[in-house]
Amino acid sequence: MFRNHILVCGGTGCTSNNSAKIHEEFERILKEKELDKDVQVIRTGCFGLCAVGPVIIVYPEGAFYSGVRVEDVAEIVSEHIMKGRIVTRLLHEEKADVAVKALSETNFYKKQTRVALRNCGVIDPENIDEYIAHDGYQALIKVLTEMKPQEVIDVITKSGLRGRGGAGFPTGRKWQFAYQQPGDEKYVCCNADEGDPGAFMDRSVLEGDPHAVLEAMTIAGYAIGSHQGYIYCRAEYPIAVERCKIAIKQAREYGLLGKNILDTGFDFDIDIRLGAGAFVCGEETALMTSIEGNRGEPRPRPPFPAVKGLFGKPSILNNVETYANIAQIILKGADWFASMGTEKSKGTKVFALGGKITNTGLVEIPMGTTLREVIDDIGGGVPNGKKFKAAQTGGPSGGCIPAEHFDIPIDYDNLISIGSMMGSGGMIVMDEDNCMVDIAKFFLEFTVDESCGKCTPCRIGNRRLLEYLNKITNGTATLEDLDDMEKLCHYIKDNSLCGLGQTAPNPVLSTLRYFRDEYVAHITEKRCPAGVCKKLITYQITDACKGCTRCARTCPVEAISGAVRQKHVIDTKKCIKCGACLESCKFGAIIKK
Amino acid sequence: MKSIADIKAIREKMQSQIILRDNPDNNEIRIVVGMATCGISAGARPVFNALVDEVAARKLTGVKVSRAGCLGMCKLEPIIEVFVPGKEKVTYVQVTPEKAKNIIANHIVNGNVCTEYLITNE
Repeated sequence: MFRNHILVCGGTGCTSNNSAKIHEEFERILKEKELDKDVQVIRTGCFGLCAVGPVIIVYPEGAFYSGVRVEDVAEIVSEHIMKGRIVTRLLHEEKADVAVKALSETNFYKKQTRVALRNCGVIDPENIDEYIAHDGYQALIKVLTEMKPQEVIDVITKSGLRGRGGAGFPTGRKWQFAYQQPGDEKYVCCNADEGDPGAFMDRSVLEGDPHAVLEAMTIAGYAIGSHQGYIYCRAEYPIAVERCKIAIKQAREYGLLGKNILDTGFDFDIDIRLGAGAFVCGEETALMTSIEGNRGEPRPRPPFPAVKGLFGKPSILNNVETYANIAQIILKGADWFASMGTEKSKGTKVFALGGKITNTGLVEIPMGTTLREVIDDIGGGVPNGKKFKAAQTGGPSGGCIPAEHFDIPIDYDNLISIGSMMGSGGMIVMDEDNCMVDIAKFFLEFTVDESCGKCTPCRIGNRRLLEYLNKITNGTATLEDLDDMEKLCHYIKDNSLCGLGQTAPNPVLSTLRYFRDEYVAHITEKRCPAGVCKKLITYQITDACKGCTRCARTCPVEAISGAVRQKHVIDTKKCIKCGACLESCKFGAIIKK
Repeated sequence: MKSIADIKAIREKMQSQIILRDNPDNNEIRIVVGMATCGISAGARPVFNALVDEVAARKLTGVKVSRAGCLGMCKLEPIIEVFVPGKEKVTYVQVTPEKAKNIIANHIVNGNVCTEYLITNE
């Protein structure tokens, strides 16, 4: 028996913050002190509070240490593990000087409901036994021994679960279509090609709880009558891929995948296919084409994949987070799941919080939670006393939610009604320093880059759209351009082949809807209100200048001149608007206009 | 390959181990063992191990065994303190692994303080 469990976060965020070294250091010191039989060190999935990583939790006390460095490990062992004294200086502080002992006591956790993330940061994802201890594979046993395929589909349909990849199609209905197709060669696919900038929910589920996805895919296979599953994961997620491989290997050893699963006569196996990181491969037809070994391009629908999908056979494709809910729904029942959320959006949703927010990280909230609760209560608000301007959801396919909709309950239909969308769950927070035209340009640059080029509206249309945006940010556009640009947006939406093109203009349309004044300011006043667009800002030195020469020495292009103790001048022709002088000035004498 | 019974057995076995990771709540019973140098040299480690093993063997939930430093009466070590929510703390002295098992059985499970192991004024 272990007396202490030390959980070290092994998500991508903390791993890039050296948590693997911390893990090794714990093992080394514990071995040295002959405590390795008493203390178990586990590398878990993401705890969610990536902003303060690397994070570790020491049980049984549940002490939650944040910002741990390799040098701190010896102290944690000698103080906490050996003497039972919690190292208070390392405890996470939610507000200044208020140390929180347990993760569950933080405001960040209190308003969350963890269903899809229930095991993330709780179990060792590389140990199937820990998953089993948390009721893992119990749903599969129940399905295989007590339920008929149609009964499984009915439970999922009744739960109201909708696809978590973004579009929100009812999962049960998708399974029903595939179930009704004749033939015994069908496929179950998992979309782990999370491509939205700023989204990392699916990666975290695969890293923290890979067996939950395997179990759900097997259940889906039983429900629709399939014997083969594929996880399509992008190669840029090495930790997720590695843990999935380990999980598949363990499940096969236990007879939870393969022939005659648990001696019930049901065969099902899962393989991983790696994507090369093309955004369009998150689209279902392109994804299946890519699994087949072809170039990842979409094709027109119908026929829908449920009729003619992977290898021309009936197939279903669900997102990682959708699968992460399945086993819980089977075990706890459709009514339990449907009791959470709003009328048309049941259950919870995971969001990856990023941008101008204090608690960058991963959160799971019941549908219907307001944006205010997510950003202010859970996310800790906008840092540095800045004002919230908008939140971007749905990535390059989504839109902005401005401050006026701060109290909107988040669900699929509400977000669509205000011109954004749920998306896969990236939520990027923007403050007063963000230029909304620049944001729209950022997302459009992304989609232009990622367009596969098969259809003209997307390939050419989006590039033209980007040219309009460049004109606006350069200060050379006219108000007519703005109208033409808006027309082009609708044309691209109506005529593109797949979801990528159909949604690509959304960031432009949504910023136009709520922040048209910023576009107009760029065009008519040649001014960027947030001071971001370089072509439209100038740096100037005011009379507060003491002539200390610091800015002149800082400037990388020698655009600042002036004698010692004399007011300096910036040569605007040479200036590259990097802002280094403004940061260097100790007298606040440099201003941005 | 495992059978359904095997999976259930793994679940049972593992659950007693991961119970340690339940988040602390205010209703749990805490057993604290003094494990400074004085406690350890008097034999606190086997006492601590006996407590942990007994809690696990009985699959007790809401009971946490943890360490503390010196409790101040080094000559009476090993000392353990039991905190039951809503009740006064109880301090046991010169505990042995056998006494520890009795404390779990009588005090933690049945709610009867083991008066014979308490500290006295003599």
